[in-house]
Amino acid sequence: MWASVVVTATKLVVVAGSILTGVAIMEWVERRGAAFIQDRLGPNRVGPLGLFQPIVDAIKLLFKEDVTPTNVNKGLYYLAPMISVFVAMVTFIVIPFGAGNDVTIFGAPLGGLIVAPDLGVGILYLLALSALGVYGIVLAGWSSNNKYSLLGGLRSSAQLISYELSMTLAVLGVLLATGSLRLDDVVSHQAAHVWNFIPQFVGFIVFTTAVFAETNRLPFDLAEAETELVAGYHVEYSSMKFAAFLMSEYMNMITASALIVTLFFGGWSFPGMGRFSGWPLLIASVVAFVAKLAFFLWLFVWVRWSLPRFRYDQLMRLGWKGLLPLATLNLVWVGVAMAMRWL
Amino acid sequence: MTVTPMHFVIFAAVLFAIGAAGVLLRRSGISILLGIELMLNAANLALVAFGRMHGTLDAQVFVFFVMAVAAAEVAVGLALLVAIFRKLHSIDVDRLNVLRW
Amino acid sequence: MAAAVFLVVVVVGIVSAVVAMSHRSPVVNVLSLVVTLFCVAASYALLGAEFLAAAQILIYAGAILVLFLFVVMLLNAPEEQRPKEPRPFQRAVGLLLALLAGVGGVAVLIGIEVVAPAARVSGDARAIGRLLVGPYIFAFEFISVVLLAALVGALVLVKRKH
Repeated sequence: MWASVVVTATKLVVVAGSILTGVAIMEWVERRGAAFIQDRLGPNRVGPLGLFQPIVDAIKLLFKEDVTPTNVNKGLYYLAPMISVFVAMVTFIVIPFGAGNDVTIFGAPLGGLIVAPDLGVGILYLLALSALGVYGIVLAGWSSNNKYSLLGGLRSSAQLISYELSMTLAVLGVLLATGSLRLDDVVSHQAAHVWNFIPQFVGFIVFTTAVFAETNRLPFDLAEAETELVAGYHVEYSSMKFAAFLMSEYMNMITASALIVTLFFGGWSFPGMGRFSGWPLLIASVVAFVAKLAFFLWLFVWVRWSLPRFRYDQLMRLGWKGLLPLATLNLVWVGVAMAMRWL
Repeated sequence: MTVTPMHFVIFAAVLFAIGAAGVLLRRSGISILLGIELMLNAANLALVAFGRMHGTLDAQVFVFFVMAVAAAEVAVGLALLVAIFRKLHSIDVDRLNVLRW
Repeated sequence: MAAAVFLVVVVVGIVSAVVAMSHRSPVVNVLSLVVTLFCVAASYALLGAEFLAAAQILIYAGAILVLFLFVVMLLNAPEEQRPKEPRPFQRAVGLLLALLAGVGGVAVLIGIEVVAPAARVSGDARAIGRLLVGPYIFAFEFISVVLLAALVGALVLVKRKH
């Protein structure tokens, strides 16, 4: 009993700590990556290669004046960034990030490296909670009592709802092939057969595009289009409340990349896995997971600094007329392939 | 105290009464729709609890259908509200006292 | 443990339901109802209906109430004003009827002879899915027609005539 509580608490602390560290590293990667792509140097003064830049940024944001505009709806104005950060933080607990099945700690089996292994509804929990992220954005936009933030919030909520459909349909293809809602089953199924991005390449493309929209990243960052909306739904926020939105964006990016890896790229599994067992397997699988995760996080940065922003009608057309039919097609293909026993 | 499904049914009855009070007393169209949602949810909860008592899953399937119908109802209801608002510039149902326009 | 969770769920659920039905600001109404629906989802989980709990959050909190919030903001719905002609008689009757529904319901329920709880049935997605495409296949297919009809109906209702 106590051993399992300790194990779960340790997993929770490790995951939360890694995500927060990941946010800091991603901020550095984003700034240096942008500089690299635009052929300039980027922040390189603080620490080796400018690695301490995120710490300095965090200190700067902490000590900035925290302005609360006069006519905002106080309660909701404070609630919105909390919802954003909370939703971004709790979604990671159903994602398996390593193989620990044959490892025991204090005599208790570790079980898969996943914070909530007993949650039978797995991915459904993740989809349900990430659907709540839209409240943070809508409320921030509305409670700020500013037309720019209201427009940003409304745009972004319409965008999230539209792309959620294609995203869920793409996930459905994977679940159909696996026959389970649990993400550790998804991973072990891929380890036993073939990584999902090969038979379901269309689904992978649809899902990746949709999560770019879901995380409000370029080319779909309509909510914070600087050139037309000043900054979108968080225009009235300053200091740590602004940082909360920034952090939730990066945390969502990490969860989204982890989902791409888990659903389509075999999660923590890697070729030649059969030769390892016990602790070496655990370490190797975590390294494999983090390596794949890092690639997709870099993809987020890469795309951001390579593609221009979509116009709003283009975004809606892509979502409803492009991705939704493609996702349906993928689902039909998986169904047919399953019926013909090709998969 | 051991929690039995009956406790959930009583909880559902209280929620239903609160929802009914909202539908009967409020004059804003949005609040009335919200009250209907609350009543539907209370009915759903009662269904699940009864299903738990009898050990069947059919109640959960019913709840699934009720959710789908509720989604349809909300889409039409809110569309009606938007149409009414465009006509009357208000969603107060007391002002909705003409038979045609 | 289960009793403590149940008590918290009930208290939070009832308080937020009352706020959802009585507060003047429509945004507060909607948000408070989100909390109530969370409590209903928690009740589902306590009753062993895991799948429904997740579906409840996904459908109600994630979609239906977002739609409500969207409409509230679109219409910029003002706080409810005090009525020009307060109708005390109607209000009293309405409150009385609602109370009757509540008290009557609870009274009837307490009087009911409780069936011995059956064996715990797992409400996982697999079992529900088998029921949906098995005995309930006709209703399952028909619900898609209902949703399509609602979709078209909603579009027709809000379409501006040019």
